[in-house]
Amino acid sequence: MAQTHSNAEHHGHGHEHPDQEEMRTFAFWIYLMTDVILFATLFATYIVLQGNTDGGPGPKDIFQMNGIYASTFILLTSSFTSGLALLAMHKGNRLALMNWLWVTIFLGASFLFLEVNEFMHMVHEGATISTSAFLTAFYTLVGTHGLHVALGLGWMIILIIQIAKHGITPVTKRKVNIVSLFWHFLDIVWIFVFTIVYLLGVK
Amino acid sequence: MSNQTAHGSLKSYVTGFICSIVLTIIPIVVLVNNWLEGLGSTIVFLAAALLQFIVQLVFFMHLKDEEKPRYNLMSLLLGIFIVLLIVVGSIWIMMYNMVAI
Repeated sequence: MAQTHSNAEHHGHGHEHPDQEEMRTFAFWIYLMTDVILFATLFATYIVLQGNTDGGPGPKDIFQMNGIYASTFILLTSSFTSGLALLAMHKGNRLALMNWLWVTIFLGASFLFLEVNEFMHMVHEGATISTSAFLTAFYTLVGTHGLHVALGLGWMIILIIQIAKHGITPVTKRKVNIVSLFWHFLDIVWIFVFTIVYLLGVK
Repeated sequence: MSNQTAHGSLKSYVTGFICSIVLTIIPIVVLVNNWLEGLGSTIVFLAAALLQFIVQLVFFMHLKDEEKPRYNLMSLLLGIFIVLLIVVGSIWIMMYNMVAI
């Protein structure tokens, strides 16, 4: 704790006037708020349509909860490891930063693998996106979250290449900061997917 | 306020991680063992999700440590307001305003 403290102060720069990188981080926060609104509309659509199964399978028939529990803990852990990457960066440890980003990517990829598996299993069972309004809303909501995760993975890989090339600079620092904000945000969205779609769906 | 807390500490990440795991396990245990039914389980699930949302904001996204003026918090509150408007509004309109079916 004390170690982190002194290191942080050592790396700190003036806060009297906001610098460019800080403004960019805040701009990314504003973007996240617009993404929140996107997910709000998808959640609202799902909640309204979840009962409209058109005689097809409902949540209880198709959700396989063990895989969902696993992917929930995997994404939660990846949110934690992206935080550890941030800590390593503020200590100036480039190797640890890159390694924690790789761990985060590995966990995120495992999450996506499980999700694609789940979708394929459901389609195989005859529950496709065009089966019912419930399933259209389900695939759109969960799929949009999965797409965000996939974009985050590609983003982190590009970032690792930049860090390998340029090291920890104010610019790469800001980029790691915002990618980790993005990643925590995706974990938060997943908490609500997990609760509203899955837990409340099968209870 | 100095900036030493702006990106958190190992302690805050570990605390957030442990709280998040506990808040994920609670609803799972309640669901698997069928401890609660109907409204009771709905409240427990939503409360656990809401608490975990706050835990992640505080311990992972360091919202608590923001310097004044708190623009991040203000824009988040606006975002939450719009979310509630969209979600609660949609539910209310679709459930209680069905006329002429």
